[in-house]
Amino acid sequence: MTETTRPVLDIRKLRVEYPLANGNTLTAVKDLDLTIRPGEIHALVGESGAGKTTVGNALMGLLQAPGKIAAGSITIAGKEINLRTGRTEGIVPGRDVGAIFQDPMTSLNPLFTVESQLCEGMLTHLKLSSREAKARALELMKAVGIPEPERRLGSYPHQLSGGQRQRVVIATALACNPQLIVADEPTTALDVSVQAQILKLIRDLADERGVGVLLVTHNMGVVAEIADRVTIMQNGAVVESGSTREVLTAPKAPYARTLIAAVPPIDTRLDRLPVPSEETQVTLDARASVRRMSAKSETGSRDEVVLSVRDLAVEYGGRGLLRKASVFKAVRGVSFDVRRGEIFGLVGESGCGKTTVANTIAGLVTQSAGSIDFQGTALGGRREKSIRQSLQMVFQDPYSALNPRLRINAAIAEPILFYKLASNAVEARQDARTLLEAVGLPADAGARFAHAFSGGQRQRIAIARALGPRPSLLICDEPTSALDVSVQAQLLNLLKDLRDLAGLSMLFISHDLAVIRQMCDRVAVMKAGQIVELSDTETLFTAPKHEYTRELLRLAPSVERIMGRELASA
Amino acid sequence: MIRLLSVRLLQAILVMVAVTAIAFVMFRFVGDPVASMVREGATQAEKDAVRVALGLDKPVLAQFVNFLGQVVTGDLGTSYRYQQPVTSLLLSRLPATLELVIVATVLALSLGIPLGVLCALKPHAFFSRLTQSATLVGISMPTFVTGLLLILIFAVNLRWLPSSGRGDLVDIGLWQTGFLSLSGLKSLILPSITLALFQLTLIMRLVRSEMIDVLSSDYIRFAFARGLPRTYIYGQLALRNALMPVVTVTGLQIGQLIAFAIVTETVFQWPGMGLLFTNAVGYPDVPVLAAYLLFVGFLFVMINMIVDILYTFIDPRLRTR
Repeated sequence: MTETTRPVLDIRKLRVEYPLANGNTLTAVKDLDLTIRPGEIHALVGESGAGKTTVGNALMGLLQAPGKIAAGSITIAGKEINLRTGRTEGIVPGRDVGAIFQDPMTSLNPLFTVESQLCEGMLTHLKLSSREAKARALELMKAVGIPEPERRLGSYPHQLSGGQRQRVVIATALACNPQLIVADEPTTALDVSVQAQILKLIRDLADERGVGVLLVTHNMGVVAEIADRVTIMQNGAVVESGSTREVLTAPKAPYARTLIAAVPPIDTRLDRLPVPSEETQVTLDARASVRRMSAKSETGSRDEVVLSVRDLAVEYGGRGLLRKASVFKAVRGVSFDVRRGEIFGLVGESGCGKTTVANTIAGLVTQSAGSIDFQGTALGGRREKSIRQSLQMVFQDPYSALNPRLRINAAIAEPILFYKLASNAVEARQDARTLLEAVGLPADAGARFAHAFSGGQRQRIAIARALGPRPSLLICDEPTSALDVSVQAQLLNLLKDLRDLAGLSMLFISHDLAVIRQMCDRVAVMKAGQIVELSDTETLFTAPKHEYTRELLRLAPSVERIMGRELASA
Repeated sequence: MIRLLSVRLLQAILVMVAVTAIAFVMFRFVGDPVASMVREGATQAEKDAVRVALGLDKPVLAQFVNFLGQVVTGDLGTSYRYQQPVTSLLLSRLPATLELVIVATVLALSLGIPLGVLCALKPHAFFSRLTQSATLVGISMPTFVTGLLLILIFAVNLRWLPSSGRGDLVDIGLWQTGFLSLSGLKSLILPSITLALFQLTLIMRLVRSEMIDVLSSDYIRFAFARGLPRTYIYGQLALRNALMPVVTVTGLQIGQLIAFAIVTETVFQWPGMGLLFTNAVGYPDVPVLAAYLLFVGFLFVMINMIVDILYTFIDPRLRTR
């Protein structure tokens, strides 16, 4: 790459504004500079709300009204954008700029064949005949590595797997030979093994076809894996920009340092993730009183088995009146124990059955075989109130886990009153306030509704609500996967702190190996409804026995491993 | 595909048997058919003779099997009131209703879908707001008011269109059609508009809300990112997704209209099924009522089946099994 090559994208002092209803303006992007040369992958990193997706939309002319480019310039392949229209004369989205979206499950139209969606763009932009378009579609399908390309052209999106769909999306983006591709979180919705393949595909495209790629992502591992350069954004502004190595190994700006430090490492276990702690005296006092509240359940030794799952099997698929039953075995012969005060991890790719196991233990799904023994009671379909009380759950999506019409105080007090842990509503609200303080929120937060809170705060509220009934086992199903890294780090620290309260045990489910390594004492790796390996966390990560575990570990993108490797080879 | 069809067909047959059972119970327990058939002051012997002639002295199950057999062969009994076979009575009224409903549905779809799309694409435009308010009035006004207003304006004052009846009819085999004569077509206009108004509003609002949903979906954003022409995105990619629920609602609405276009038919003195039904209720003409029940059941089962099949044509996701 020489300095004389004309950049495919050159953004100077870009400013994007959204006029608000109250007369103010929200500046989504301020004074952004960014240059991408042919064959270069430039990662745009930041937490939600940082403005990274807005940049991609702005350069494709896809800003949602009333958002507009207020100042600055965008030059694509030498042609400058017209600030008034938000479009670039001579640059057509789809022809000169290709797009890859986040979720392959929703970015293809379900009612049209792969062929029709691939050819549309070529028919419109390149004015090909339908035969030429089809021939090229076939070439593209081969280029992105879809098996049986001929047959797959006639398929509908639902007949393809997530990875194959994302390949189709990439093929569509490439259809008209664009010079620039905007990839907005292209692998976030995919499993690690598929992610690795898609990342390699994007890297190859940049290397072989000289396409410039703007990679919008929040995942530092992905950045380390394929990006040449990286720009870190915060609140619409660039905080740091440079070569990937420089930025990831020696970040200069304080925000860049915090952001990179918040990424849970997969190679080492830290006591706490290094994020600014929110522990005030109020928090500590509140935790002490939560400890006192649940003191009664703090009996029994630490090694005592709280939950014992034996040969658990779960089948889905009902019997219709006339339809033959088609049974899907989601979980097959799973056995494990969770001990008092332990965080037990379940890890695996999507569809491996880990959430089904959690739901079965929580009583949301009934097992078809096997036993679940919880504190000496066998759990079946119907449960005693006391059992339901001691088993609480924290769900993945904090945005849908809270009732939008309930004030936070009422939401937290509800289970406390239901299980008669407070004699009256006033006392229950007092407990709710203490719990809010214990999870690091101000006590007056309770007077508001869920929509007043960010994702991380909502997840704290969900945790406070789960702690209300004084459970002995907390089931956390991907509690941080919908959250930004810095928020994730805070929540993981919080969960670790809470575990120390009153011998709380946790069943912790995640697809993220790094998170598992930071959180869990023991881990079970699941694949296709079965546990393939179960051991204590350190052993699993340092000396994995099963081939599948090794595979998962190898494919997980990790900053220090890749950077470490590069440093070693240099 | 074939399996899906055969499963649907089997379900349809089960539903029909159940409906037949209800119709049969109605026959047997709603009033005493014999009392309403014999002349006043008939002797017990005369009544018994009628009872035996109708087969009402046999055990219930035998009667039901008998009834089922009759239904399958198309014999729905004899009207108490008209003393004619109910089947031919229904068949003579069916064309009137069907033609009315078909015209009304075509009207509602051909106006409702484009209007809905327009309102979704330009939600703040003056035209969209006007359409929305106008149809709101349309949906809130009872059918008979709309019908009477239309008669008042176009039939009484302007004298452009007839106010009642079907006009001149042309026989095509058993079917009497109003489509082939000028007065027949003219007669169709007012009642079909009256009948279509509600449907039109429903379809327009449905298309509008579905379209708004679809337009915010990822695959439409992705289509824009690929720089495809707007007309193609709206008219092809988005509309096809938005029409899925319209198929269901239109299907059910057609059934609803055929079975219960009563008010409109009364206002316009349209000699259709609705009038037959209202008269039967007043009399009480139990065989006609029972046959009507069977007919409506059959209609809805058929419509549901057709809607399901249409669905598999539109949505490939339902085709794979």
